[in-house]
Amino acid sequence: MTAVALAWRRAPVSLVAGVVILAALAVCALAPGLIAPYDPLAFDYGALLQPPSAPHPFGTDQFGRDILSRTIAAATVDLQIAIFATLGPLVIGAIVGLLVGYYGGLADAVFGRLVDLVVTFPFLVLVIAIVAVLGPGLSNMYIAIGVVGWVFYARLMRAEVMVLRGQDYVSAAKVLGYPERRILLRHILPNAARPILVYWMTDMALAILLGSSLGYLGLGAQPPTAEWGVLIADGKNFFSQAWWITVFPGAAIVLCGMGFSLFGDGLADLMDVRR
Amino acid sequence: MTERPQPILEVRDLRVRFATSRGEVRAVDGVNLALAPGDTLGLVGESGSGKSVTLRAILRLLRSNATTTGEARWRGQDLLAMPEKRLRALRGREIAMIFQEPMSALNPVIPIGVQIAESLQAHTALDAAGRRRRAIELLDLVGIPSAAQRLAGYPHEFSGGMRQRAMIAIALAAEPKLLLADEPTTALDVTIQDQILKLLLRLSRELGMAMVLVTHDLGVVAETCERVSVMYAGRVVETGPVDRVFTAPGHAYTDALLRSMPHGGVARAPLRPIPGLPPRLDRPLQGCPFTPRCAYAEGRCGAEAPPFAPVAPGQEAACWASDRLARREVPA
Amino acid sequence: MKDGALLQVENLTKAFPLGRSLADALRGRPQRALQALGGVSLSVNRGETLGVVGESGCGKSTLARCLVRLYEPDCGAVRFEGKDVLGLTGEARRSYHRRVQMVFQDPYASLNPRLSVGDALAEALTVHRIVEPSATRDRVGALLDLVHLPRDAADRYPHEFSGGQRQRVGIARALAVEPSVIIADEPVSALDVSVQAQVVNLFLELQDRLGLSLVFITHDLRLVRHVSHRLAVMYLGKVVETGDTEAVFTAPRHPYTRALIAAVPQVDPHQRSTREAVRGELPSPIAPPPGCPFHPRCPIAEPRCRTEVPALDRRHGGWPVACHLAGAPST
Repeated sequence: MTAVALAWRRAPVSLVAGVVILAALAVCALAPGLIAPYDPLAFDYGALLQPPSAPHPFGTDQFGRDILSRTIAAATVDLQIAIFATLGPLVIGAIVGLLVGYYGGLADAVFGRLVDLVVTFPFLVLVIAIVAVLGPGLSNMYIAIGVVGWVFYARLMRAEVMVLRGQDYVSAAKVLGYPERRILLRHILPNAARPILVYWMTDMALAILLGSSLGYLGLGAQPPTAEWGVLIADGKNFFSQAWWITVFPGAAIVLCGMGFSLFGDGLADLMDVRR
Repeated sequence: MTERPQPILEVRDLRVRFATSRGEVRAVDGVNLALAPGDTLGLVGESGSGKSVTLRAILRLLRSNATTTGEARWRGQDLLAMPEKRLRALRGREIAMIFQEPMSALNPVIPIGVQIAESLQAHTALDAAGRRRRAIELLDLVGIPSAAQRLAGYPHEFSGGMRQRAMIAIALAAEPKLLLADEPTTALDVTIQDQILKLLLRLSRELGMAMVLVTHDLGVVAETCERVSVMYAGRVVETGPVDRVFTAPGHAYTDALLRSMPHGGVARAPLRPIPGLPPRLDRPLQGCPFTPRCAYAEGRCGAEAPPFAPVAPGQEAACWASDRLARREVPA
Repeated sequence: MKDGALLQVENLTKAFPLGRSLADALRGRPQRALQALGGVSLSVNRGETLGVVGESGCGKSTLARCLVRLYEPDCGAVRFEGKDVLGLTGEARRSYHRRVQMVFQDPYASLNPRLSVGDALAEALTVHRIVEPSATRDRVGALLDLVHLPRDAADRYPHEFSGGQRQRVGIARALAVEPSVIIADEPVSALDVSVQAQVVNLFLELQDRLGLSLVFITHDLRLVRHVSHRLAVMYLGKVVETGDTEAVFTAPRHPYTRALIAAVPQVDPHQRSTREAVRGELPSPIAPPPGCPFHPRCPIAEPRCRTEVPALDRRHGGWPVACHLAGAPST
């Protein structure tokens, strides 16, 4: 108990704020039915395009669906996007970056050219092209982001590992005759993990934006699934008379992005051993 | 007491505090220094003793999280109180400074000759041709061979020793009355350090320039300075002529520091280290800051700060054990 | 004497290739290289300290890293107990690492910031199965005792220690695998004078207690005299003089050794001189001068010094020196 209390007190403010936001979103994502006042898919022709009011705090859309309930329900899909679109790139990128950075040589040269190739194309265009080939839908979107996204993690990891492999404590581990697997996993990986984990947090926020963009373009989540980008796309035709359909899901995206960013900043502080 | 000439630089009760995330650090805690024209003063101490901070505080070169109080009178005018514009006119012209890392003090994209000319333009009335002539003279003076050709060279084309020489040439451009040198040879190899120290010694004599040399190496002070001030935990604990202080120290810390140095002469003899570590400067200190590490410490050392008192002509120390040091009388 | 040598280095060379510019490649110029070691031979006897001194670029750190196989030398041999170690792989290489350990210069960079002191020491014990797992904690405590750190240091992390204390941890880690030789690369040059003395004394004490052989690499001549039985002076990748420490200090035979000793600032203000110990700059190891590497700075150089490389041998009796003009030792 005291250890938890101590950790909490030492935790950076940004970490606490990030945790609070993400926890709230996680509750929405895991149990939307408990919080949402209405069924997100239920039509109510008696309450079309209602502005925010006591029964409908975020208003309703052109079918009378409750925007608050739809925004909450969308958290499930969007957090899923945040995690599934980034977890693969994180793991693959970390492993490739670790090996390429430590061993160098031909693999590193090949990797360097690959990075050059990938960064010359705008990320979004590349992803859209791949989704267009594979066909729209969430799982194809994950594949498309994964195919391109791991390169950025690997590049970050490689740069960090290249600095660390020259550190004296890594030399000391070699002189002590430690096996290479141990050197990589115990002496390099934990010290190289900070930038990539912080980037992961930012990337989750970016993945939601990307997912929303693709949803908006009709390439990601398919209607009637509630997804923040899809909700915004739905509302765009009514923006002049019913701003709330677009603004509240938009605010949810911003809030979620802030949650990840704050958590990432806090994590960076927390992982600084000299603190 | 020997009569000392009127000082050109007099530092009185200098205090520097740094606001840090861990609270306030008292880096310099009541430093007094006096420098006569042509004097060479060594300011020695270990890392964290406040020697470099003192030097930078005199020219107001500290970062904004530092608060400086006290006086630093340059020919009667307080450098710490004068307007920034007046100080800027003095910096470089009357008081010049050289640093440990010449690479960080020289501009990497400007040829050495142009950097010297800039300094000459700021501080002298010479025309362009005169500045060029003078720049060559200066490089010659600091021992850079084929000076005329080296004027066009960039800092990265110079070796560490040559860079330090070039920085000294820039510092000397305006023929300053005082040179502040912050660990000028610490980054250099021993044979190159030897050359630079000899150069500084020759210049201060030939130009009648006073010098404050900050270093952690007692040997460097012994080779170049007439007087020395020993710093510990942000305070000057002893001041005096080098030959007095190094042979008959008046402060127990000076004594212990001299003894901890490898002297040579005896192979594989254990050194005499000072036990423990210097005190933390973010907590209040009571009494003499050296007490916990001191072999001569007695009851009042930890309670009452010893006053700065004369121990011999020209030599002063803040130590309760001054008289016992000479007799090696360690408390039981 | 060579028969008793525990660690023997013969004619070791190591060059680091430098990047070649496209213009150079097109003109057919050969790739340039930094010649860090140009044929170094020395030996370390059981229980003795060999001091290796020299200025930057002399190759002393490269030598240290070749001895512990952090670098692979280009040519030459390193023998431990008479057996070649450069070809060792796998288990044999690991057991060599157990016998020859290293202490690094920078106490802030040589400890993994994420491992507690206890974990770092326990790791060395576990990997090499030095003690039974149940005895690990006791042995960690014993190692901390050995380097005069409190036992509760085991639960703390490197950033909680001062430079001198970290260096003690580095020494304890090297000692954990019970080595016979320790290569110490500038082990105290990052420390303050008063703390330096603590660590130097620790080396002296440990050597006496454990019968270690020590290769003490430093640029500090004052220090090397205090710790070493024998001395090797290096200049531009070569040993120019090697012999009994006191003999070399009393009557140096190589003009570079003389200059190096004279250049050390003396603490005695009465010994002050205004003459430079040696003129000129250190030459670049990328383009070392022909003949004797020291000839451009040497006060007594003769024409043949510019063309003929002097061999390191016992000319006119006495200890080995690489100088054409070395006379008989004056002692």
